[in-house]
Amino acid sequence: MSPADIHQQLVRQFGDKITGANVTALDPWVEVAPAAIVEVGTYLRDDPALLFDALNDLCAVDYFEPDAKKAAKFAHQPHVEVVYHLYSYTLKHHLKVKAKLPRWKNDQAGELPEIPSVSKVWLIGEWHEREAYDLMGITFTNHPNLRRILCPEDWEGHALRKDYDFPLEYHGIRGQ
Amino acid sequence: MEIEVPENVALTKLDWLASWCRKNSLWPMPFATACCGIELMATGASRHDVARFGAEVFRFSPRQCDLMIVAGRVVMKMLPVLQRIWLQMPEPKWCISMGACASTGGIFDTYSVVQGIDRFIPVDMYVPGCPPRPEQLIQAIIDLQDKIQREGSFLGNEFITDARQQPKRALQELELGQLPRSLPIIGGKA
Repeated sequence: MSPADIHQQLVRQFGDKITGANVTALDPWVEVAPAAIVEVGTYLRDDPALLFDALNDLCAVDYFEPDAKKAAKFAHQPHVEVVYHLYSYTLKHHLKVKAKLPRWKNDQAGELPEIPSVSKVWLIGEWHEREAYDLMGITFTNHPNLRRILCPEDWEGHALRKDYDFPLEYHGIRGQ
Repeated sequence: MEIEVPENVALTKLDWLASWCRKNSLWPMPFATACCGIELMATGASRHDVARFGAEVFRFSPRQCDLMIVAGRVVMKMLPVLQRIWLQMPEPKWCISMGACASTGGIFDTYSVVQGIDRFIPVDMYVPGCPPRPEQLIQAIIDLQDKIQREGSFLGNEFITDARQQPKRALQELELGQLPRSLPIIGGKA
């Protein structure tokens, strides 16, 4: 199935929960409303024409320019995106699914944005989501075990955020 | 005073003998966390054969080791483990910081990587390189052997801080204008 066909099918099925797409990109992607990600994911996995049985990767992107001088030329509204890299071993086709989130919930710095967890849809999502939580600060609701996976459990902040400040020390271990 | 020494009996200083025993039977603790660990394995394997210098018995228990080889980057999360392993090793013990990452953090100038383990455990030899070749590690072991022989004592006086701060013999030789000691070349032209 071509990416355009997949997009058409999803729009027919979900209407305005599919909020955007670029089917001609090198990695064709479809954008989904965050609240609908589990519903759409389950459909993508189970529909006989799609059968996206593998979540190859789940990553997060921080669209933000911390430098005030460069921020004026920055081409995006500040936000974070969760990107789901899907593959079908049965039908041998790829799809990227994106979900846009605000950088901070309610625009309060420090309050992490939320998106439902897909760990019940693709089991591997559990670890990928822990990593995205650890490094990008995205809360995955309904996750069975949302703890840090790489950094120590008492680490402060989320290191891959563009506005992350390097800590001066951690338990007396000097960093820089 | 003249002593008649019977055949097959040698006289030496106890300090010298203890150091000679220690330097030729170093038991390394491989703390290999990155690509330097691969070179460390190559050093232990047959081609480079660190057994020639008596340091081939890699033990994975710190309680049986006296030479810690930190091969690779150490992150802050790992550092308490490194320190505990170091403390578990019995005296006398030495440490080689192998490669740029262990010595200075290397290219990993990031939030989570320790910028040089010598802030947290005493290092005897630094090996530059990214990763160093086995020859460089062997040179460090030879230099460490020199250091043990020169400074070692039966009672462990070498662990007095002042003695640890002395420059290496190779550096002293350079300052005196002597050529650094080189290994004999076997089966080839110099």
